[in-house]
Amino acid sequence: MVDINITEQPLNMQECINRVMSPDCGGIDVFIGTVRNTTKGKAVVRLEFEAYESMAMKEMEKIAAEMKTKWPVHKILMHHRVGVLQVGEVPVIIAVSAAHRDAAFDACRYAIDALKQRVPIWKKEVFEDGEVWVAAHP
Amino acid sequence: MAFGIAKDIFGSGTIEIALDDGATIDCLKAALEDKYSRLKQLSSYMVAVNDEYAQAENRINTQDEIAIIPPVSGG
Repeated sequence: MVDINITEQPLNMQECINRVMSPDCGGIDVFIGTVRNTTKGKAVVRLEFEAYESMAMKEMEKIAAEMKTKWPVHKILMHHRVGVLQVGEVPVIIAVSAAHRDAAFDACRYAIDALKQRVPIWKKEVFEDGEVWVAAHP
Repeated sequence: MAFGIAKDIFGSGTIEIALDDGATIDCLKAALEDKYSRLKQLSSYMVAVNDEYAQAENRINTQDEIAIIPPVSGG
């Protein structure tokens, strides 16, 4: 099972975990991204996320397919939120279940790294005195 | 279509630009950078054709959906 979603609605952590639970799995590895209150010592007011939704969904599906070829994982969930998020809110949840923990840990790590590298989603950090598209400039 | 900082640079989520028949991704990038020089200040940027990352030498067809993809920063 692969469950991929991009939504403006708040992500529900427990529901995401429940979706990858399975009696034939011995463990679930979960990555929860949260909005941090500072960047390089500067206070962050909020983050604004934007996605090229059709392509982002396809890229996440590709990542899930790669995970399945690399590790014996059972269920994969990748949910990303877009829109305006406040400090402490959750922009991304990745949950992976597998019969044994090594596969779940490794596949989950792979998923978040790949997502950050190539899924077309962007975040703007808004500070008291300005705003910056993250990673845009060297 | 443009997203993130590319949308800010273009001043719009969609733009029109004239290209010759059989133009490649590199031709498109050159034309864009000519008109919007701030693109050259980005760390990098990719072009997607019909929801897939495109290579420099790929040719663009009339019906293609083209998106400018500045450095991604999801998660």
